[in-house]
Amino acid sequence: MAVIEVSGLVKRYGDLTAVDGVDLSIEAGEVFALLGPNGAGKTTTVEILEGHRTRDEGHVAVLGFDPAGGGREYRERIGIVLQDGAVERELSVREALQIYGSVYPRRLPVDDLIEMVGLQSKADARIKTLSGGQQRRLELALGLVGDPDLVFLDEPTTGFDPSARRQAWQVLEGLTSLGKTILLTTHYMDEAQHLAGRIAVIDRGRIVAEGTPETLGGRDEAVTRIRFALPPDAKPESIPIRGTRMANGLIEIETASPTRTLHDLTSWAVAEGIELERLELTRPSLEDIYLELTRDD
Amino acid sequence: MTTEIRVRRPTIPELLWGQIKYQNRIFWRTPIAAFFTLVFPLMLLILFTAIFGNEEIEELGVTTAQFFTPGLAVFAAVSATYTNLAIGTSISRDQGILKRIRGTPVPPWVYIAGRVGSAIYIAFLSIVLMMGVGMIFYGVELIPRTVLSALFTFFVGTGCFAALGMFVAAIAPNGDTTPAITNGTLLPVAFISDIFFPPVDPPTWMVVAGNVFPLKHFAVAFRDAFDPTLTGAQFHWPELGILSIWGVAAAVIALRFFKWEPKAGESGRGASVRRDEGRG
Repeated sequence: MAVIEVSGLVKRYGDLTAVDGVDLSIEAGEVFALLGPNGAGKTTTVEILEGHRTRDEGHVAVLGFDPAGGGREYRERIGIVLQDGAVERELSVREALQIYGSVYPRRLPVDDLIEMVGLQSKADARIKTLSGGQQRRLELALGLVGDPDLVFLDEPTTGFDPSARRQAWQVLEGLTSLGKTILLTTHYMDEAQHLAGRIAVIDRGRIVAEGTPETLGGRDEAVTRIRFALPPDAKPESIPIRGTRMANGLIEIETASPTRTLHDLTSWAVAEGIELERLELTRPSLEDIYLELTRDD
Repeated sequence: MTTEIRVRRPTIPELLWGQIKYQNRIFWRTPIAAFFTLVFPLMLLILFTAIFGNEEIEELGVTTAQFFTPGLAVFAAVSATYTNLAIGTSISRDQGILKRIRGTPVPPWVYIAGRVGSAIYIAFLSIVLMMGVGMIFYGVELIPRTVLSALFTFFVGTGCFAALGMFVAAIAPNGDTTPAITNGTLLPVAFISDIFFPPVDPPTWMVVAGNVFPLKHFAVAFRDAFDPTLTGAQFHWPELGILSIWGVAAAVIALRFFKWEPKAGESGRGASVRRDEGRG
């Protein structure tokens, strides 16, 4: 059974349609990333699923609940890691986890959580003495304290430096090994690729592509690009392949059958005694696909 | 790696008790709130009795301390409810704590009741402290026959001012402006509510203005329960009625306009769109 089932979700703010007909289906145990640029509608979508916002149109079922009226029973089964969340700075890490944990019928042991997010040395320190990165890790622990079936992670590493992000990823990978269903939003392509098993790209309130990191946006079927330069004395007209073009001083060929094309090309070059300089064969990276999908027309 | 603990689902009274304890813990760790609620009114009592001398105020037939102590106890209780709830709740909203609470299984009314319950508990401590100091050091009398009315007045009065505090929290744009709103209302009203001066020949406008606001009614009803020159059980029904009207009206408006998400210094729908756009 799908843990999250969304169809035709619409949210408007006055004249602005922040979410414009989003459909999602996320299965139990999946790590699903909602990827998109700022303002694409990620946070609005997730906040509707969390029950923080109401929707204008569409059907939403999360763990069998309508989040808009799920109340206590629904919130006992979800964990929310807020992007801008905070907790009373006067409490210690351990106290915060005990207090927030005490409201759930199921709990993860506080010491395990502290260890999992690597805050052992700060367990009894007041939260106001924590660094920004440590507070975000506490945030993560707070999202897990009720042993949720489903975890919402809203931009978990926004504003992190690269090493802090790597650290956070390690923690999140540990989380995925617990078998929880996770819905993650991010505007970092590499983060989605690294953590998620499935990605939906959202842009201007619509899902523009969905798939695994390997297949997203037709990446698995996308054409391969061959580029090279010819020595000055060689004649480009004599290349036995159609559709060559110049790009940044290199000759570029796009092909759906790279083995064949490359064979033709290199056979010709060997026969002519030409060295193909700076020869490279590339497939579009996920980054290329993403930029293409969310391009501002 | 980790094993869950299965525990019983907490009952609503357990949740409520947990919230009250947790709000109390935060209070004791916020020295500024503890100072203005518990210490500052005591300083006023010490100051006033030092300035005026603890003699009998001729027109009232009671000593300076006998007049000031119950009024300042009411002032302390109002600080504990009205001021602290308004400031604390709006700061918690700014910090995103209210939003976090909305994402947990704690029912919203339990959270609010926890805050209010904690505030009334602190108000009770502040009144006990004030009356205790008055009795031990300044010969203030406690009259057994009116203890019940004093307690009842306390609950009606702190309930009213807790509602007013939540009303301010609901309408205040952010936690930075809330202290200006609470102090800008409480202090002027206290001056016309027989808290800082005995009502000896007050100008008529001051009496009329004081009667409009709830503070004077709280102070009068509570003080009379300690007045040795009066007789009877001292239930001040008109005063208690006015306090109730203020309290209910404030609670209704607070419920209507209360927001759990940070207002970010702005208000209205436009702000939430801008925030959304900024955050994806």
